[in-house]
Amino acid sequence: MATQPFMPLPGGLHLPTFKTLSASRPLAEAPLPAELVFPLQLRGGINAVPTVSAGQRVLKGEVIARAAFENLPPLHASSSGIVRCIENRLLPHPSAMEDLCIIIDTDGLDEALPLQPRRHFSLESRETLRAWLIEAGVLGLGGAAFPTGFKVDPGKRRVDTLILNAAECEPYITCDDSLLQHFPHEVLQGAIILMHILSVEQCIIGIEDDMPEACRSLENALRARAYSGIRLQRVPALYPSGGEKQLIQILTGREVPAGGIPADIGIVCQNVGTAGAVYRAIEYQEPLVSRIVTVTGHGIHEPRNWITRIGTPIAHLTAASGGYTNAAERLIIGGPMMGFAVSDDQLPVTKASNCILVAGHEDLPEPPEVMPCIRCGACAEVCPAGLLPQQLYWYGRADNQERLEQHELFSCIECGCCNMVCPSHIPLVQHFRASKGKLTLKRREREKADHARVRFESRQSRKEEEKRSKAEATRRKREALNLNTPEVTHTEAN
Amino acid sequence: MRFATSAPPHLGSGYSTPLLMRSVTLALIPGLAASLLWFGPGVLLQLLLCIVTALGMEALVLLLRRRSLRPLLDWSAILTASLLALSIPPLAPWWIAVTGAAFAILFGKQLYGGLGFNPFNPAMLAYAVLLVSFPRQMTHWAPPLALALQDAGWLDIWQQIIHHSDAMDAYTMATPLDSMKTQLGQGRTLHVIQEDAIYSPLAGKGWQSVNLGFMLGGLWLWRHKLIGWQIPSAFLGSLTLLSMGFFVFAPGEYPTPLFHLLSGGTMLGAFFIATDPVSASTTPLGRLIYGALIGCLVFIIRTFGGYPDAVAFSVLLMNLVAPTLDYYTQPRVYGKPR
Repeated sequence: MATQPFMPLPGGLHLPTFKTLSASRPLAEAPLPAELVFPLQLRGGINAVPTVSAGQRVLKGEVIARAAFENLPPLHASSSGIVRCIENRLLPHPSAMEDLCIIIDTDGLDEALPLQPRRHFSLESRETLRAWLIEAGVLGLGGAAFPTGFKVDPGKRRVDTLILNAAECEPYITCDDSLLQHFPHEVLQGAIILMHILSVEQCIIGIEDDMPEACRSLENALRARAYSGIRLQRVPALYPSGGEKQLIQILTGREVPAGGIPADIGIVCQNVGTAGAVYRAIEYQEPLVSRIVTVTGHGIHEPRNWITRIGTPIAHLTAASGGYTNAAERLIIGGPMMGFAVSDDQLPVTKASNCILVAGHEDLPEPPEVMPCIRCGACAEVCPAGLLPQQLYWYGRADNQERLEQHELFSCIECGCCNMVCPSHIPLVQHFRASKGKLTLKRREREKADHARVRFESRQSRKEEEKRSKAEATRRKREALNLNTPEVTHTEAN
Repeated sequence: MRFATSAPPHLGSGYSTPLLMRSVTLALIPGLAASLLWFGPGVLLQLLLCIVTALGMEALVLLLRRRSLRPLLDWSAILTASLLALSIPPLAPWWIAVTGAAFAILFGKQLYGGLGFNPFNPAMLAYAVLLVSFPRQMTHWAPPLALALQDAGWLDIWQQIIHHSDAMDAYTMATPLDSMKTQLGQGRTLHVIQEDAIYSPLAGKGWQSVNLGFMLGGLWLWRHKLIGWQIPSAFLGSLTLLSMGFFVFAPGEYPTPLFHLLSGGTMLGAFFIATDPVSASTTPLGRLIYGALIGCLVFIIRTFGGYPDAVAFSVLLMNLVAPTLDYYTQPRVYGKPR
């Protein structure tokens, strides 16, 4: 613990944390809602196919939908009950689009699927363990929700370090903090399993230094049992230290190459919550059906952390937290820096929902009037990726795609630091997202055009070749004929 | 329950462009006070003329462009006007200030699209135009009050600026920077020149206080992170080094580095003009180079050029270079090869 982190985060912001708001009440299991909602949409926009039908009874942990072709983590019922229907509902997504969701009426019994005993994980092959993780629906709980089973499969890359991300850098959110205080051993056991799957000897847990209780709890747990190879490393509380790329840089000094993944530099990074889920999935065969969600903000009477079933409507959680105060103005899923605002509280909690922020006026100010960019460079100063947001903004407005690529637009992690410090209040993150979209489209078009051109050219050359060989054949035929017939003398035109 | 939505990040910082502009304008106060003390209340009238003209011109253009009049409240026109007013001679006739301020806003700023789009520093553009067009009015400065042959009261100054009377021509004189150059050109040595009453031990009488005043305001801006350290330190650093080199090489023929630092528009230029973010380089390394080259140009133009002071021309020349500097000084991005 005495060791220093490898390097400080370049850029970044000291934000007011407001973490005590939700940390002051104990962690508890959220009451069972009457209804659970499971959007069918999976990663990449494909929909899972329901394996249950309306009227059917399902048990907790039972698979209710899975991807038709790909081996993606399936959806599980998070409590027992009757499938009411499969209908279009609003998705918990910034686009506010609708898509099919499975709706389950819970029966209050919370009856779980019976478990079969398993051998100790170290006796199983790594492929089997990865398959179990996928089957148990384990996803990254830090917010990105990338399937863990895929992430711990680095292929041919040589991985030497597992990093557990406990740097909960967004203001207000305390779900990882609370998890570490209550279940440190689950997280550490999960780390041991992940280390086994990855065959690595070293695990670093990166934790922000403003989480003293969680830190103490982990230290005690590490002392209580021998977890070999696991080290706890405090990092200064600075947003966005908990960004995957940023935490890797702070802890190891290594940088994920642009366009690459951490495994390219020998690192796999997982959220601590995910490690806990890995433990439960492998040790107890328990699918990921609940997670800790922070319900907080000045718009809620009793901010706290809840162990929440996936699919629980937000309104149910907020009601359990004492309901809304008069100050409640905005509803944000995630933190105030990267979370997205939604207008409807009937949306369900997903595996990616780490926080429900019911913001009052004192939490979040009105978005002020936008003014022209004066190129002050405050944005570049706080950018953890070393970008020049003022230039990206300028080139984005001019739709200068060549310059955007040259200024590494795709290295932007959308942390929002530039946007927050901008004295002209320009919605930079939105601009960059739009520019990225345009650029991706252009790239795809270019690829398509290239592809078409290659096909056209090869077709042309094939035709040429055919023509040539045909002509050759005719010539040969004619020559052969000429040998047999008397020579025809051609008179010159003149 | 339904909620209002907004785009992330949802947090704000309470920092704003008008606030920044206002702080920079207010940071001019120490320099302004020194100017008042040493050169009389003429500067206040110039300030008033410039601000009123600039705001009027801004309003006119915004009306013509059918835009909202809100930019009048963003303090940027007031800042431009103040910088110009502090650069022109305190006793210059009123139409100098009016022409300059109108030119700065119309040609320097609004014709390019308003705040944030101007490639040149508007105040310096106007200053350069005034200097080239009206050299006589622009090079005659009020003498430090202590040296004035006649006691100039408010009424005299009003008369001089509004009804420009020739009677006061005898009252104005060349600036120390100007007279230093003329006399060095006549072959007099530094030692002899500095015997003259317009000089103080460090630089010109009055001028050194005004420069120290602007430096004070500039340091306040830097302490509150309203301006970066790169441009002022590179500017002052390169000016010091160059003038030091020449001074050490031939002490009788070149003024001291301190003289350069505390004369003319050095401090106003270093902390308030070169740091104008819109027209300056925007990368950290680019800003160092930008500042350093301004310092070099100031020295070169002051020493070998035809104009008494050089801040305006140096800044304008470097404004031209800024986009190129930005292009070649991009910082290394995360995950890119070192």
